[in-house]
Amino acid sequence: MQISVDDRGYYGRFGGAYIPEMLYPNVEELRDQYLSIIATDDFQRDFHHLLRDYVGRPTPLYLAERLSEHFGVTIYLKREDLCHTGAHKINNTIGQILLAQRLGKKRIIAETGAGQHGVATATVCALMGLECVVYMGSVDIQRQAPNVARMRMLGAEVRPATSGSQTLKDATNEAIRDWINNPVDTHYIIGSVVGPHPYPDMVARFQSVISAEMKTQLLEATGKEDPQIIIACVGGGSNAAGAYYHYLNQPEVRLIAVEAAGEGVHSGKSAATSVLGTEGVIHGSRTLLMQTADGQIVEPHSISAGLDYPGIGPMHAHLITTGRAEAVSITDEDAMRSAFFVSRQEGIIPALETAHAFSALDHIQYNSSDVIVINLSGRGDKDLGTYIQHIDRFQPENAIR
Amino acid sequence: MNRIEQLFQQKREGVLNIYFTAGYPGLTDTQPIIMALEEAGVDLIEVGMPYSDPLADGPTIQESGMAALQNGMTLPLLFEQLAEVRRHTNIPLVLMGYFNQVMQYGEQAFFSKCQEVGIDGVILPDLPLYEYETQYRTMVEEAGLAISFLITPQTPEDRIRKIDALTRGFIYMVSNSSITGAKVGISDGQIAYFQRISQMELKHPRLIGFGISSYETFSQACEYSQGAIIGSAYIKALGAGGDIREITHAFVQKIRGQVSV
Repeated sequence: MQISVDDRGYYGRFGGAYIPEMLYPNVEELRDQYLSIIATDDFQRDFHHLLRDYVGRPTPLYLAERLSEHFGVTIYLKREDLCHTGAHKINNTIGQILLAQRLGKKRIIAETGAGQHGVATATVCALMGLECVVYMGSVDIQRQAPNVARMRMLGAEVRPATSGSQTLKDATNEAIRDWINNPVDTHYIIGSVVGPHPYPDMVARFQSVISAEMKTQLLEATGKEDPQIIIACVGGGSNAAGAYYHYLNQPEVRLIAVEAAGEGVHSGKSAATSVLGTEGVIHGSRTLLMQTADGQIVEPHSISAGLDYPGIGPMHAHLITTGRAEAVSITDEDAMRSAFFVSRQEGIIPALETAHAFSALDHIQYNSSDVIVINLSGRGDKDLGTYIQHIDRFQPENAIR
Repeated sequence: MNRIEQLFQQKREGVLNIYFTAGYPGLTDTQPIIMALEEAGVDLIEVGMPYSDPLADGPTIQESGMAALQNGMTLPLLFEQLAEVRRHTNIPLVLMGYFNQVMQYGEQAFFSKCQEVGIDGVILPDLPLYEYETQYRTMVEEAGLAISFLITPQTPEDRIRKIDALTRGFIYMVSNSSITGAKVGISDGQIAYFQRISQMELKHPRLIGFGISSYETFSQACEYSQGAIIGSAYIKALGAGGDIREITHAFVQKIRGQVSV
């Protein structure tokens, strides 16, 4: 089975562009041009130059010896946490800002949940001197004060999304509405492999640098390009898309998609879309999403804002429903435990999203001879506030007395 | 013949289409609102299926939708209400909502149910043309329903022709690049767009919507089309509270310029 997007933007039966006519010209312009622009030497030169000198790529592939010893298997960490701004998100915003420039756009909009994509967008807008407006749910603005300050410091205007549940999905709705109201001069930088075609494919391509580097680095480290298992967390799914991309058509490489179970898959407070989701349309894409029987989109829950999304990218819906990827759901509590464990074990404080990926090691089967790559999508600085609330529970022995 | 097609056979100008969100302000207001609109002389009524994430709509319609959902409105309940309404009126009724709602109800079941309860047409702004043509067109046409697609100032001519070919009933002409309820008044640029479309001599009548909120904007829109659609302004009037019949009569008289002071 060859896995790729078709020319209407479908992965199997998922994807497409379910958008109101007001968005059609913007999306059509992108769809017509993204592949040819990305293919130009000029684009490739600027993209790779910035990824190297500005983002700090290639990011290391690090053999996590103590974790490997603990789990009795070889574990490599793909260190996206070492990217400028602290996560993989910037791979995509660099790509999209270069695209926006070539489309002659003067103004950038974005949505953000925890603020990571907002910061990555504000960063590239500052870099290019473009106007930047970031939509963020009012509730999230309260919860993520440091990232709000970062965006402001970088010159972005943070606009509260006050509609609906005032979180990521509503910030996305507001960004889409802004784009409807400003169809000519504005580019919308979506932060994940979600939204109408061509976004899922475009974002996956920009993130695919992750697996491209993995192949080279694994070959160097192990003599083989391919691991047996790749583990990545999935909210919308951009870091997973990047980590899987060059392995999609190699079925012998297992792909593990780690979702947030929140307080438990069936607790009513969960974001485990592959289990709880049904087929529908969200943000212009036909995919799996959490909704009522009447088709109203429900608000998910995860302790990690980056996984707190009621849908999943159409590529992942396709991978999971066809069995190409295996979905694992990890609770808030397990993710929290993993975050503290990995910090002590490897001296790396992971983002809460990434902590879910580590936790999957407790839930999957593997052979001791396997090579596992965990995509360490982001660092945990942004989550310190949450970690502080739990530190005495997980690290009582070194409490300050 | 479909009531919408019938309407446009009889009336080619000044058609007034009013939108309201089902379940707002009260769960059981669907029938009183439709009866009041008909009595007040509205030609066509667009019934909004409240949705959690209405991408094409502005804050007024979204908030009315949230309130309606809070009130307990669901699609099965709305169909019940509409079946009852249809026993009392012959006015053309259009259901407006988002494609996800149709998907969850079941596409075939949805269109059949529309026919069964006496709905005359549907507007699903996020249903793409290609998917409509290849998967749903037969269902809609077999159910005898009209379907309107949107065009905007940015829609290219060949696409407008395509939309004209797929439309049954009327074309929904979005007045401006905007969400509903966003902009007030009609600019010279919009007039040029209205004229351009008018000269295309499309097969189907056109109703202009988005930003139509007053006698002035309604009259202007009607100069270049067969009529216009009003949504947010009416929702606001309903939201202010009071007797639905009185509010509706006053609102429609104002739009038609029949205010006697």
